[in-house]
Amino acid sequence: MTIEPETLKSLVKAAAEQVIASAPELTALDQAIGDGDHGANMKRGFEAVLGKLDVIGEQPLDEAFKTIGKTLVMTVGGASGPLYGSFFMAAGEALSSCRQLPDDIAEVFGRGVGAVSARGRSQPGEKTMLDVLCPVLETLRAEAGRPDLVQRVRATASESVARTAPMQATKGRAAFLGARSVGHVDPGARSSCLLLHAVCDRLEARR
Amino acid sequence: MSDTVGIVIVSHSQDIAKGTADMVRQMVGSEVRVAFCGGNPDGGLGTNVPLIIDAINKAWSPKGVAVLVDLGGAETNSEMAVEMLQSDRRNLVVVCNAPIVEGAVMAATEAAGGSSLEQVRAVAEELSAG
Repeated sequence: MTIEPETLKSLVKAAAEQVIASAPELTALDQAIGDGDHGANMKRGFEAVLGKLDVIGEQPLDEAFKTIGKTLVMTVGGASGPLYGSFFMAAGEALSSCRQLPDDIAEVFGRGVGAVSARGRSQPGEKTMLDVLCPVLETLRAEAGRPDLVQRVRATASESVARTAPMQATKGRAAFLGARSVGHVDPGARSSCLLLHAVCDRLEARR
Repeated sequence: MSDTVGIVIVSHSQDIAKGTADMVRQMVGSEVRVAFCGGNPDGGLGTNVPLIIDAINKAWSPKGVAVLVDLGGAETNSEMAVEMLQSDRRNLVVVCNAPIVEGAVMAATEAAGGSSLEQVRAVAEELSAG
């Protein structure tokens, strides 16, 4: 089983539109504990991705992922550009080395998560997007092949983004706030959750 | 001039980047190639990978380029930019762990004497070591 270009396009479009629509929420979260640019940065990056949707739809899956990643790197304008960009570029690399979707989803997603961790020199528990991506990776590894995988991924993302609120940030701009970062959801964790939820929604709607 | 390490200054603010470059030039004149960039793709506060790549290429020297950055996003974007350079240049660029203004001035002064990339980096990073 492989992913058809039209399926990929509809998933990318749904995820991009969700992030763009949520820019004010991401900005508000980032104003609380960061520099307040996460919403605008993600919006700029994903608008650029939407602009390349037709190109992405015509590419083989691995190249499509790399195009998404490179576009984010070149247009986001904040640390989230290289972080999300590295995720998609590494996932694309995994697909280039004979991995397939959806069968190898855990491995492909894992390569992306590994790239985020390396790029940010960060681990789970530091109040970052990894605090959503790593639990979701665990769910993908443990539950791959189950008929309710999509619902489980959605639930894991929701639960893990909420768990970033009591964490104290030690990475990113929020680290400057020390204990004052406690009590706020991490904006990067939230944007990861939004992207995952948009993909889950779209996959469920197609059933 | 091509015998000295190049210096690149990457700030979230175009004004800080330019001001830092002005201070460096006052110290070392035209002995060292200096390039700078600041701002996100819309011109607001932030950093921008394509501009960083351009700046590194502008400051290019066969002895390498030392990059000085301000806050986290500038570092992450600079590291990304280095990886996106043509392959024979990647290993000749370092992102210094140093305060941007003092680091740039110290690095450029060291570079002006003809020091290697590692020496330039070490002098800039001594500032962080305290």
